[in-house]
Amino acid sequence: MVIQNIAAPTPVATRRRRAGRQRRGWIGWILTAPFGAVFIAFLVVPLGYALWMSLRTNSLIGGDRWVGGDNYLKAVQDPLFLKGVVLVIGFTLVLVPIQMLVSLSAALVLDSLTSRFAKVSRLIIFVPYAVPAVIGALMWGFLYSPNFGPLKDLFSLFGADAPDLLSSGNVFGALVNIVTWQWAGYYMIIIYAALKGIDPTVYEAAKLDGASAWQIALRIKVPMVSSALVLILVFAIIGTLQFFTEPQTLRPIAGGSIDAAYTPNMYAYSTAFSYGQFNYALAISFVLGAVVFIGSAIFMTATRKRSGITE
Amino acid sequence: MSTTAPRTFPQKYGGYALLGFLCLYFLLPLWWLLVASTKDNAALFGGSGGALWFDDSFSLIDNLVGISTYENGVYWRWLANSFFYALVGGLGATVVSVLAGYGFSKFAFRGKGIYLSAVLGAVMVPATALTIPIFVIFSNAGLTNTVWAVILPSFLSPFGVYLMYVFAQDALPDELLDAARIDGAGEIRVIWSVVLPLLKPAIVTVLLLSVVHTWNNFFLPFIMLTDSKLLPVTVGLNQWQAQATTASGVFQPWSYIVTGALVSVVPLIIAFLSLQRYWKGGISMGSLK
Repeated sequence: MVIQNIAAPTPVATRRRRAGRQRRGWIGWILTAPFGAVFIAFLVVPLGYALWMSLRTNSLIGGDRWVGGDNYLKAVQDPLFLKGVVLVIGFTLVLVPIQMLVSLSAALVLDSLTSRFAKVSRLIIFVPYAVPAVIGALMWGFLYSPNFGPLKDLFSLFGADAPDLLSSGNVFGALVNIVTWQWAGYYMIIIYAALKGIDPTVYEAAKLDGASAWQIALRIKVPMVSSALVLILVFAIIGTLQFFTEPQTLRPIAGGSIDAAYTPNMYAYSTAFSYGQFNYALAISFVLGAVVFIGSAIFMTATRKRSGITE
Repeated sequence: MSTTAPRTFPQKYGGYALLGFLCLYFLLPLWWLLVASTKDNAALFGGSGGALWFDDSFSLIDNLVGISTYENGVYWRWLANSFFYALVGGLGATVVSVLAGYGFSKFAFRGKGIYLSAVLGAVMVPATALTIPIFVIFSNAGLTNTVWAVILPSFLSPFGVYLMYVFAQDALPDELLDAARIDGAGEIRVIWSVVLPLLKPAIVTVLLLSVVHTWNNFFLPFIMLTDSKLLPVTVGLNQWQAQATTASGVFQPWSYIVTGALVSVVPLIIAFLSLQRYWKGGISMGSLK
């Protein structure tokens, strides 16, 4: 590391640096200005605009007028919207633990093995991250088919018909599987890198104290990478609540088990683009964004000591 | 090494069994894609080899010719669009992130505390909640259905700024920056000759992550673009899929969709495998602090 090769600064140098830092304050503004511009143009303005539009309505009869919180009142009583919200919350509760379990156990196993096979499998597990969600859903859509997927051959061995994995009862699990496949490898790499950052002498000490491999994994490794786990958890929750691409891609082949309001985001999309109700769609977007933001902010604060995202 | 050697045989065996199972699971769809791209429509929906093995007929070449000619070869145009959007969008996001990360970590200025909190808050704002409002704004400005509609919003990468900020704090010693300034280097020279080389691992990581993000982004181009010539490959293949599921009687381009999907995932997989040594260290930056 570069830092270790440089001697501690003398008091004179520190004083000069502090003065220099303040004199150069405007440079900090210039350097962060491009980000500030993008931030305002593509985050502050859209959010403000969405809020403003969501407080209005635009219809052929009434024209464009102010309605205050009407769109929000409509949203919280809209069974289609609420059904989508319940679905993504349920989805998060099922998916996130599965994803964490797969990525954490893969990372722990990979961390304990040093063979060439372990190296290759690390890459294999990661590869789906580089596959676009549309294509992931497309591939699994084919694999799920009871008529031309691998299940057909498997079940015909026993003379049985393959189950339809995209039926309304199974489609939830089918989607959980696709998202797990897509993201578990990325999360595994994050945890793996955090595990590699642990000083191995800690394990030596634990072993001398008689800890088994299991105990080392569960009592030392997992707590020591908890900041990576919290980061992943937040990403997974944010990603899942805005679920759109996979169900949208599977929809045409799922034979009616995924409707246009399956997730809140799909509902916002169809409300805006199929029915032209942009004001109501923006209210839904805004509620969704606010729920995700407040939810993750509370979660981050609650786990502040452990979380990676701190100032 | 002594940290890994004393393990009992069954434990290691169990570890390998788990890894073997995971490898099969994660490879299964990709193996299917590879096999399926060698089939024509008839073999795809009921060939001799089953879903996971090759058919007697071999149609990969026909399929490649097919995607190059179907709808006047628009497929390659889509792939080129994907490259263009991902590179320009990714480069833009990276430049913005590097400058901001350096500025936040090494300069004291008024309002920095609030500014930084805004960056961290923005990490938690879901991107799709912003997409429909951005569409309405762009639509009013006549910017939908242009390349800018896909590229400009991709420049916003609060997570990239955050990664750069965390990395720059440790990777750029104040003493080194001051030494360069005392030697007479201007601020631009300092960035060019000192800051950028030291931030290289973080730059490659943020570039790769934002390129992948733009490449894989579906919702934004899906609602912004209607002109078939402007679509990225993800939205284009989705359109072919919609065509194939609704059109009855007409030709259904399933074998082209599958082959097109295979061709489009190859570049990113190669990019990841060949740039491994850069991103492996960088990908955990955000959580290691």
